[in-house]
Amino acid sequence: MNEPLSDNRLHTDPEIEGFRPIARRDPAVQTAQQRDRATTIYERSVEGRRAFVPPALDVPEQPLDELIPARLRRSEGPKLPEISEPEIVRHYVRLSTRNFHLDEGFYPLGSCTMKHNPKLHERVAALDGFARLHPLQHPSKAQGALELMWRLQGALGEIAGLPHVSLQPSAGSHGELAGVLLTRAYHEDRGEQRTKVLTPDTAHGTNPATVTMAGYEVVKVATADDGGVDVEDLRAKADDQVACLMLTNPNTLGLWDRRIEEIAAIVHDVGATLYYDGANLNAVVGISRPGDIGFDIVHFNLHKTFTQPHGGGGPGAGPIAVSDRIEPYLPRPQVVRRAPENGGEPRFDLDYDRPKSIGRLRGFQGNFGTFVRSYAYIRSLGADGLREMSETAVLNANYLLAKLRENGVAEHLPAAYDRICMHEFVLSGAPAKRDLKVKTLDVAKRLLDHNVHPPTVYFPLLVDEALLVEPTETETRETLDHFAAVLRDVLDEAAEDPDVARDAPYTTPVRRLDEAGAAKRPVIRQPL
Amino acid sequence: MSRYTSATDADRAAMLEAIGVASVDDLFADIPEKLRLARALDLPAGLAEQEVYAHLRALAARNVSAADEISFVGAGMYDHYVPALVDAIALRSEFLTPYTPYQPEISQGGLQVMFEYQTAISELTGLPVSNASVYEGPSAVGAAGYVARTENKRPKFVASAGLHPHSLETLRTMSHGYGTEVVEVPLRDGATDPDALAAAVDDDTGAVFLQQPNFLGAIEDLDALARAAKPTGALLVVAADPIPLALLKPPGESGADLVVGEGQPLGNRLDFGGPSFGFFAATEALLRRMPGRIAGETTDVDGRRGFVLTLQTREQHIRREKATSNICTAQALNALCGMVYLAWLGRRGMVELAELLVQRTAYARATLDALDGVALLHQQPVVREFALRLDAPAERVRERCFEYGIDPGLPLEGDGLLVAITEQRSRADIDRLAEVLGAAVREERRERAAV
Amino acid sequence: MAEASYPEDLLYHAEHDWARIEGEEATFGITWYAQDQLGEVVFFDPPEVGTTVTKDEPYAEVESVKAVSDVFAPLSGEIVGVNEALGDKPEAINDDPYGSGWMVRIKLSNPSEADALMDQPAYTQSLT
Repeated sequence: MNEPLSDNRLHTDPEIEGFRPIARRDPAVQTAQQRDRATTIYERSVEGRRAFVPPALDVPEQPLDELIPARLRRSEGPKLPEISEPEIVRHYVRLSTRNFHLDEGFYPLGSCTMKHNPKLHERVAALDGFARLHPLQHPSKAQGALELMWRLQGALGEIAGLPHVSLQPSAGSHGELAGVLLTRAYHEDRGEQRTKVLTPDTAHGTNPATVTMAGYEVVKVATADDGGVDVEDLRAKADDQVACLMLTNPNTLGLWDRRIEEIAAIVHDVGATLYYDGANLNAVVGISRPGDIGFDIVHFNLHKTFTQPHGGGGPGAGPIAVSDRIEPYLPRPQVVRRAPENGGEPRFDLDYDRPKSIGRLRGFQGNFGTFVRSYAYIRSLGADGLREMSETAVLNANYLLAKLRENGVAEHLPAAYDRICMHEFVLSGAPAKRDLKVKTLDVAKRLLDHNVHPPTVYFPLLVDEALLVEPTETETRETLDHFAAVLRDVLDEAAEDPDVARDAPYTTPVRRLDEAGAAKRPVIRQPL
Repeated sequence: MSRYTSATDADRAAMLEAIGVASVDDLFADIPEKLRLARALDLPAGLAEQEVYAHLRALAARNVSAADEISFVGAGMYDHYVPALVDAIALRSEFLTPYTPYQPEISQGGLQVMFEYQTAISELTGLPVSNASVYEGPSAVGAAGYVARTENKRPKFVASAGLHPHSLETLRTMSHGYGTEVVEVPLRDGATDPDALAAAVDDDTGAVFLQQPNFLGAIEDLDALARAAKPTGALLVVAADPIPLALLKPPGESGADLVVGEGQPLGNRLDFGGPSFGFFAATEALLRRMPGRIAGETTDVDGRRGFVLTLQTREQHIRREKATSNICTAQALNALCGMVYLAWLGRRGMVELAELLVQRTAYARATLDALDGVALLHQQPVVREFALRLDAPAERVRERCFEYGIDPGLPLEGDGLLVAITEQRSRADIDRLAEVLGAAVREERRERAAV
Repeated sequence: MAEASYPEDLLYHAEHDWARIEGEEATFGITWYAQDQLGEVVFFDPPEVGTTVTKDEPYAEVESVKAVSDVFAPLSGEIVGVNEALGDKPEAINDDPYGSGWMVRIKLSNPSEADALMDQPAYTQSLT
């Protein structure tokens, strides 16, 4: 296994030869980045330095005490850093080099759909007509923005197979909250007070957390041996107190639920709504539509399926699409197109006149900047391109899984469910832990030395020592081959000496961090 | 082939062979035939990059942005200048394209920014605990409500009518779910009435919500209001505008338990309402009730300083139905913009900026108050926003001003007008506003007289 | 404590909690197995003295970096003492689960409940 790693920055280090990155545990051996200890912007502050020069005072100056009484004012200004522009640039550019990122390399973080962020999107989102448009601009002077939102609503509705869309929710979790509050409004409007919401035990933690926030009791549904919902358990728990079933399909194991029609029927038979968590929609765009299956409410993660830069953890957006029976309760305002008056152009507007609406979930109209990017993406790909996107995502996942079987990785990290997967799959690290004495965490940490972002670890909870791998359609066959080879090498190395992985990483800007110490005695700000 | 994927026909064939299936369709065999979409999506065909750019540019051109007119609209988002420095740093792939720092060893940049940001928010709000940000302002108010709910489980919130209407509505939407009622307390001369507040607060009150400065721009006397709000053990939540906090007493020093707010004024663009970030700060006692991500300082195995996500047992991925919130992401990129902006302003600059705003706003307030048919809606001290009452229909006055390239501010119920001043509005702009607004009010009154 | 250990003088609950009965009082904690599953303990939030605990019901939570676990009462009674030292040194639950890692002391309300608990051989058998 001596193939070169052309994209591996570690090869610029003359100490490193061949395939394997450095694995020295001697603290005296340090990379340049490791020698460069962390310094905060506050520690770089020197009294009297500045980057900001205020515009000139062009009005007659009045004593501040006469404008704002001293008792309402602070005794001294906030202790922000004092630092010049070049030093701010150096500081944050230096920090940036201490991040791994999608534009740098493979990022198979399961459930997060780390796909390429087209560069065009940043350019169009930054156009003054969008970026400097005030959210309370009169609708007559925001026609382009409202039309973009209206068109995006239409596209998302078509993709979901559900006709009514609200773009307002700001993240998947926010969309979930909207969805469960819509469910509550729907039942209350029918004079029903239901108390429970069902979530499979494979669900993302956001599902049960959302249910509690919306004032319902969580009832867990078990998972069957094939990885789908345990339909008998569902049947036993579905009664007239159930308001909703929240389902992710494909689920968090990367599997399409084969009994989905039965599940939908059971839920609808007790009068509950069926909620589609769109976290894994990237597998099925243009192939299958939640609305056609019988889902009432869908949330999209624009930052996953419709590519937003993940920004180090936000921003995103979580629009929802709903069926006719849920539509009256959608958040307000809604973007609408009004029929042309006197033969003129149609007019786009914000409709607040929605008496049954659950109300707002946030300020203004949602994360508009994300709408610009996702709309650009949908227009770039078109119907065919979107389908190809999902097909390629599923092809890549299955190919990688096949490579891991072929090269023997599966012997220690077998697929938790041995069937065709959708856009992601789960490996179990239990055999590696037992036979090689390395845990999933250790494997993940050793991958860091190979300049690969590890898969999601320890989720789903159902699988012991889980690794959730989502390659996305972005990746080439060569990248997938390379990842399979790296994983193989990490396991080979562990077979020779498990301590290599247990003590990894060695080459990152910092090595394994004391998370327990951080949690025991939290230091979450700098004393100034 | 899509330009964002790489698989050629040859790749696809080789990959299918490795998988051991004949076609891509076979990969979807688990989906019952009748649940598969038998047609193409009814969406337009894909476009070349230059076509998409031209289309988006045409849509953008149909908006009138703050670059195209002289706008005095604020009401929660403000046209402050965003320095070039912010764009240069935020557009770096290293900050733009990673996700949440689950692997801290390769995410020290983002984690340290969070730590620096949390420090700045603590400094502005006067509270020791800050998270790494939440979605945006009004939903941060809603999130504060949920903290109160889980902390004391009382069935009632008391909210000042000076809260931003979007915050008030978001709080109502969210609290309806867990069954907490929201009672509104009126304003007296533009500021929250402390007597009415004291009368509304009782043993059932879980939290009191105030805004600083309030929606009408008035600086609230938080010391006095805290005395009215806290005797029965309710939490005090203050939604604050961060720029005025350069001058105003930090709400934490007045007894606020939670200080939250809209972060857009700090180096984030208007973007027609988002994305921006919400800041969220609390007392030490509420540390383990906090929603969202929190970065903490620690050391690595060799003793190097480093940063990690910490106190994660609060969060949904661990505590699930018992989590403090369902939120998973912060608004890390927007909070980064906020942090870079605060570093740019610096210790002196932020105060200088706020003082400039106070002076220009005082000038604007006096100049507009002197117009016929225009009066101050309240006499309270303000920082960079104030409310007027017009003796004419405010919506129509606004539309008249549009014809002169001026947006005079946000019309309020009862012919009020909410006017915001940023450092991008010069004295000449303010004088022009006075001229145009005066004429518009005059015209409307003349028309009314004619009828 | 690196190696598994289950003292013979304790009684055990299926949720991996132990009880040391001394007259009308008992001390509770979690077993070696429980702390090993949890990993390094970073936080223990003790209940207040005077509260009542009920057999088989959770009375507190214990947290590691990435897990939260309910702590179950092996027996019913009223809390007469809590281990305040765990506030500063929660790692005692890992280092010495049967000694300085104890959690609460209880005045038993129904001592006969102890009959339902496992002795050391039964508990170690249940772990295999």
